[in-house]
Amino acid sequence: MSLNVSNLTVNHGAICAVNQVSLAVPTGKLAAIIGSNGAGKTTLLRALSGLNKPATGNVMWMGENITGMKPEKLVRMGVSHVSEGKSVIAELSVKENLELGAIWRRNKKEAAQSIDQVVSIFPRLGERIQQRADTLSGGERQMLAIGRAIMAKPALLLLDEPSLGLAPLVIEQIFQSIRDLTNSMRITVLLVEQNAVGALKIADLGIVLNLGKVVAVNHAQALMDDPAVRAAYLGY
Amino acid sequence: MHKRKESSHLIPFILGGVVLYFLSSMVEELRVYQGATIAVYVIAVASIILLTGYSGQVSLGHGALMAVGAYAAAVARIEFNVPIVLTFFIAVLAAAMGGALLGAAAARLSGPYLAGTTLALAIGLPSLANQFSILGGEQGLLFDVGFPPLSLGESFTQYKWFFWIAGLAALISMWVLQNILRSRYGRSWRAGRGNEVATQLCGVNTARSKILAFTVSAGFAGLAGALLSMTIGTVSPSAFPLTLSFALLTGAVLSGISTLGGVILGASILVVIPEFADVVAHRLGASEGVTTNLPGLIVSGLLILTVLFVPNGPVEQHRARKAKHALHKKD
Amino acid sequence: MIQFVNTLLIGVTSGAIYSLMAIAIVLVWRSTRVINFAQAGMALLATYFGYEAINFFDSFWIALPVAMIGGALFAALIEVVLMRMLVKHAATGPIAAVAPIIATLGLLGVIRAGIAIQWGGQDRLIVGPVSNDGFSFGGEVLVFSPMKLLILITVVVLMLGLSILFQKTNLGLALRASAYAPEIARLSGIKVDGVRTLGWALAGAAGAVAGMFQAVNGSGTISPDSIDFSLLLVSGFIAAVIGGLESLTGAVIGGMLLGILIAFILIYVDGGLFFIAPFVILLAVLFIRPQGILGSKAARRA
Repeated sequence: MSLNVSNLTVNHGAICAVNQVSLAVPTGKLAAIIGSNGAGKTTLLRALSGLNKPATGNVMWMGENITGMKPEKLVRMGVSHVSEGKSVIAELSVKENLELGAIWRRNKKEAAQSIDQVVSIFPRLGERIQQRADTLSGGERQMLAIGRAIMAKPALLLLDEPSLGLAPLVIEQIFQSIRDLTNSMRITVLLVEQNAVGALKIADLGIVLNLGKVVAVNHAQALMDDPAVRAAYLGY
Repeated sequence: MHKRKESSHLIPFILGGVVLYFLSSMVEELRVYQGATIAVYVIAVASIILLTGYSGQVSLGHGALMAVGAYAAAVARIEFNVPIVLTFFIAVLAAAMGGALLGAAAARLSGPYLAGTTLALAIGLPSLANQFSILGGEQGLLFDVGFPPLSLGESFTQYKWFFWIAGLAALISMWVLQNILRSRYGRSWRAGRGNEVATQLCGVNTARSKILAFTVSAGFAGLAGALLSMTIGTVSPSAFPLTLSFALLTGAVLSGISTLGGVILGASILVVIPEFADVVAHRLGASEGVTTNLPGLIVSGLLILTVLFVPNGPVEQHRARKAKHALHKKD
Repeated sequence: MIQFVNTLLIGVTSGAIYSLMAIAIVLVWRSTRVINFAQAGMALLATYFGYEAINFFDSFWIALPVAMIGGALFAALIEVVLMRMLVKHAATGPIAAVAPIIATLGLLGVIRAGIAIQWGGQDRLIVGPVSNDGFSFGGEVLVFSPMKLLILITVVVLMLGLSILFQKTNLGLALRASAYAPEIARLSGIKVDGVRTLGWALAGAAGAVAGMFQAVNGSGTISPDSIDFSLLLVSGFIAAVIGGLESLTGAVIGGMLLGILIAFILIYVDGGLFFIAPFVILLAVLFIRPQGILGSKAARRA
C-alpha cells in the first residue's frame, strides 16, 4: 500500500468537509473517488497535496508521513495535483505551461524529454505547442493540465474532476488517456469524479464518499454491480 | 432580540447639540477651536465612509473636492456678496457638481485606475488655483464669516462662533447622512460593493448609483472644505495638500470604514495626534527635525497598524466580538 | 526647430525615468496585486542610500549599485514584514479593496517622516558622474547632455535585461506563473512567497535607479519634500496606469509618452502646469481607453 490515509478530518471554515476518512491505495493502481456535490472529494485531494491543512489524521505515502506538508515540498516527493477547473495558465503558451510542471527538476535534459513524452500521450498539445493556452478548447486545456502534472515526474497523481464541462467524446478520450498513463508510467492515481460511470469503468478501486465520510470501498467492478451504488450514483 | 425602531433618530442629535452647547461654554479657547476642526473632519471623514465604506470606491482626492467647496464659497462671498449661510450651500453644490463629473469618469474605472485618477486630482487641482487670478493665486482668498451676532452676548468669542457653526453643520450632516445611508440608496450602494452583477440583476443601475455616491460624498466634502476655510480665515492651495486627502482616509479607517458609528473617534484622533506628537517630542527633548515630523510619522504609522490589526475599525470590531459571544452563549 | 528637438530630448529623458518608476509599480502590481503608493518614497530612500555612498566612496558609479541593493533589500523587507501580514489580516470585508492602498499610503508617510528625521529637511547635493551640460551641435547648444545619454542607455539596458529575465529564464517563468495563478504555481513546486519577495526586490532596485537619475537630471539635490520626487510619485504612477499595468512594455510606452507630452506642454503651453499636465493626460487616456494603452479589458476588473 503506497498511499495510506487514516482518520483524516479536514475542515472547510465551519463545516467538517472530510470526516474521519480512511483509505488505502496500492501502488500503481487507479482509485476512483466518487460522490455527489459537497461530498468532500475536492477537500480530500487538497489535503493530500498540501493546499489544505487537516485537523486530525495521518497521510502516509511510500512509508513517509506527509501529513500537513506544503505543496512545494510534496511536488518534489512525487505528488502531483491537477486541481479542478481547467487549471492551466491562460496567459502562458502551451510549452511554458508544460515547462512550469518541470520547473523544479534539476535535470534539464530529462525535463525536455518529458515534453516529448507528454506530446506522445496528447498529440494535440504538440500541434499547438507555441500557442497561448487560452486559445485551446476545453478538452485540450484539460490535457494540458494533466500534461503539466506529468512533467513533474509524479509517482502519485491526484486528478480533480477532469471531465467537468467537457463533451462526451472528449471525456472518453481523456479517461482512456488517464488509464493508459497509469499503466505505462506505473503511477498511483486518485481520480475524483462526479461522472461515476466513466470513472469506475477505468478504475481498479472505487471509493464512495458522502457528506465527508467513506460509505463504500470495493473493486471498481464490484461497485458498479452493487445495486445501492447503482441507484444512488450510476442512475440505473 | 430587541426590535429597533426605524425612526430618524432625531433625538440623539438634538441631545448631542445640547451637550455641545454646554461643553463649549466650559472649555478653554484652544479646545473650542479644536472642537471646530474636529467637527469639520467629522463631516469630511463621513463623506469618505459613504464613498469607500458603502459604495466601495476609493478616492485619494477628497482634499481637492474640499478645495472646490471652499473656493466656491469664498468666490461667492467676495464677488457676489452672498450671505454666509448661502455660501455653504453653494459650497455643497459646487463640490457636488465636481463629484458628479468625477463620478462619471470613475464609473468606468476600478481599483487602481480610480485611485490613480483621484491621486492626480489631489495633486493637480489645488495648483489650478494659481492659474486664475479670480482664485487668488498662492495667497488665496479671504473667507470671513463675520463676528458672532451681538444677541449672543459680549463674551461670545470668535472661536465659539466657529465651533457652533461647524458643530451645527456636523450634526445636521450626520443626521442627513445617516438617513441617506439607511435609505434604499444606501442599501444599493452596499449591494453594489458586494456583488455588482447581482445588484444589476435586481434592477439597480449600478453606474448611476456609483455616480450618485460620488456626488453626495463630494457635497459633504465641499461643505467641510468651506467650514475648514472658515476656521482658517483664508482659502489657498496650501490648505489642501495631498496629505489632507491621506489624513481623511486615515480618519475613515480609524473610525471604521463601513460605519458612521466611530466617526467622532476618528476625527478626534486626527486633530489630537499633532498635539500629542508635539508633547512626546518635547518630553524626549528631541531635535527640531523630530518634532516637525513626528506627527506625520505617528499618523502614518497608526494608519498601517490600524489597517493591519483593526481593519474594520474599533466600533465594528467591538460589535463583531459581541456578536460572536452572543452566538457562543446560545450553545 | 532647435526648440522642438530640445523639447523632444528633454521629454525622452524624463520619460525614461518615469518608465523606470512605472516598471517598478507594474512589477509589484503583477507579482502581488498591490499598487505600491510608497514606491517613489522607497526610491527616495534608496537615493539617500546612494547619497551616503557617494560621500563615502566619492563615486557615483559605486553609489548606483549601492542604491539599487539598498532599495532591493528594503523592498524585500517591506514585503516580508508588511504585505504578508496584510494578506493575512485584511483579506475580507469592505476594507479588503482599500487595505493595500491604505497600507502603502501609510508606508509612504512613514518613509517620508523617517527620512526627514534621519537626514533633516535640507537639500542634499548629489553629483552625477558626467556633466549635464548640453552637447554642442553646429553652433547651438542642445539640451541633450552626456548625463541624459547615460540615462537613456541605462534604461534601455535595464529594460532589455528585465525582458530577458521574464521571458527567457525559469526564474522569469516562476515570477509570471506566481503572478497569474499562485495556486497552480505552488502545485508546480514554486515557493510563491519567495518569488513575490523577489518581485518587490526587483521593483525596489528599479525604483532606486529612477530615483538616482531623477535627482541628477533635475535639481541635483534631494530632500524629503523635493518637488522632483513628488513629480516622480505622480508621473510614475500615471505612466504605469496609462501603460495598462499589464506589461513592462506598457510601462515603458506609458512613461515615454507621458514624458514627451509633459515636456511639450510645459515648454509650448505654460511652464506652471507641471502638476496639472499629468492629470489631464491621464484623464484623456482613460477616457479613450479605460484599460490603458496595452491593457486588456478582462484584467482591468482586478
